[in-house]
Amino acid sequence: MNDSSKAGFAQAAIDELGWWRAHKFLFLRRASQLSVLTLFAIGPWFGLWILKGNLSSSELLGTVPLSDPLVTLQVLMTGHIPELTLILGALFITVFYVIAGGRVFCSWVCPVNLVTDSASWLRRKMNLPRLGEMPRNLRYYLLGLVIVLPLLTGITVWEWVNPVPILYRAVLFGAGSGLWILLAIFLLDLFISERGWCGHLCPTGAMFALFGKLSPVKVSAVNAKACDNCMDCFDVCPERQVLKPALKGKQMMITDSDCTQCGRCIDVCAQRVFQYQNRIALKAENNQ
Amino acid sequence: MSKVKHTKSNPRDVNRRQFLASSAKAGCVMGLVGLGITATATQSRQLDSLAIRPPGALGEDDFLSACVRCGLCVEACPYDTLKLARWFDGAATGTPYFTARNIPCEMCEDIPCVKVCPSGSLDHGLEKIEEAKMGIAVLIDEKNCLNFKGLRCDVCYRVCPLIDDAITLERQHNQRSDHHAMFLPTVNSDTCTGCGKCEHVCVLEESAIRILPAHIALGKTAEHDTYINTEETTLEMLNKGLSL
Ligand code: SF4
Ligand code: SF4
Ligand code: SF4
Ligand code: SF4
Ligand code: SF4
Repeated sequence: MNDSSKAGFAQAAIDELGWWRAHKFLFLRRASQLSVLTLFAIGPWFGLWILKGNLSSSELLGTVPLSDPLVTLQVLMTGHIPELTLILGALFITVFYVIAGGRVFCSWVCPVNLVTDSASWLRRKMNLPRLGEMPRNLRYYLLGLVIVLPLLTGITVWEWVNPVPILYRAVLFGAGSGLWILLAIFLLDLFISERGWCGHLCPTGAMFALFGKLSPVKVSAVNAKACDNCMDCFDVCPERQVLKPALKGKQMMITDSDCTQCGRCIDVCAQRVFQYQNRIALKAENNQ
Repeated sequence: MSKVKHTKSNPRDVNRRQFLASSAKAGCVMGLVGLGITATATQSRQLDSLAIRPPGALGEDDFLSACVRCGLCVEACPYDTLKLARWFDGAATGTPYFTARNIPCEMCEDIPCVKVCPSGSLDHGLEKIEEAKMGIAVLIDEKNCLNFKGLRCDVCYRVCPLIDDAITLERQHNQRSDHHAMFLPTVNSDTCTGCGKCEHVCVLEESAIRILPAHIALGKTAEHDTYINTEETTLEMLNKGLSL
């Protein structure tokens, strides 16, 4: 472990598997995040309308409505009855993430993840010490707050500061002045609390984690016996508390819905401990 | 995983106490965060009262509860009229508005911006663009308006899509020159849509005619006020033997 950490992070995996396989899911994830953003951006930029709108609400190919369930819920909590398209859009998105895995949104779609991942990368490079942690359930309190505030104030207050659409609007509509919120998140993650935003605060992530409880797609420590305690996965995992039960416990599968299914643990493990698995298919197999 | 048993205090009590303490702490933090977000929102809302919204927009309060800031209306507008507000732009972040002086609304027959709005913050009940109330044009500066100076500028009048209806030229004797007439651009607040074309074309460096949101441009009689129909009221008062 020690010589590998001197040689650089996850060097063992790179040596063992080659650079590409040790970065595969990271690369695919970046490609996915950027393609979603691009599909939105080529509309206003080049007049190619595949996705119109932004992550708050959009239209796919001019017909299928898609909308953020949390934004929709906030609107409903103010007492306003929106057009059916908004509600349908929220249902489509909910169903999709219940099946695909809730926080798949966080690691494969959300643009803020680019910001927080780079803060965490820099943190690792600079060897910054880990300061006191905030409780991880703060995000669920914040989620509650985001849902209750519209009821009390009659306005969708969270949308004033929500960094997810702010980043999208900055790119799509040139509305860049809210970007200081992203800078604040970057600095929070870098200097104050490791993975402070996505791992402890973001109410959108919290909502998607709840959706993901039932999802069949999970990362699993299929080869836990081979683990040589190099700790690389712990260093890279944005929700490291989910790893221990799978590595040390009886249960192989990472069932904790906080896992973002980012697949970085699969990438950085030279021993190939982890794999994506479909727990429903597995169960069916075991029952045979 | 097996739990380590403490001999002295009951671990369940400790857990419960820890839980209560951390919940209380989280509760306080969330209270503060809530206050903070609400304060930011209401603060920036003070800026909103002058924002001119797209056609069909609900009243400002309802609009703010309904709009999901998706920008679909912005992308639907063929004239680039609508913009999504940036922080401190004079409208709540991410909500659509337009600045008539830069690009007014062209009053599209099929109102594409309203059609795409998924939240209904642009009311789909608006079917005729002539019935839109984005704001009301107000000739705000009678001193510098060229027509008030006795000239025949008329530009705002001529550009109005509802010429001679939403805006008319009222002939008046020019007391300054004594033998000329003045033609005063006069807005009919019942039919003006607030499209802003008049504000856009005004030849002055700063427009003398401006679009204001209806809640600012219009006066309002109190609900209980009976003096709305003057003639009837006068008769009523006479009948009751009241002195006028
Ligand atoms: S936790 Fe929030 S900000 Fe982070 S990736 Fe998920 S949705 Fe985005
Ligand atoms: S356990 Fe693996 S897949 Fe899940 S969040 Fe951590 S690194 Fe990503
Ligand atoms: S009516 Fe036409 S010009 Fe006016 S805001 Fe809507 S789309 Fe734009
Ligand atoms: S389309 Fe409707 S919900 Fe979307 S930004 Fe425009 S007014 Fe708001
Ligand atoms: S805003 Fe001006 S141009 Fe538009 S309808 Fe009213 S008076 Fe006419």
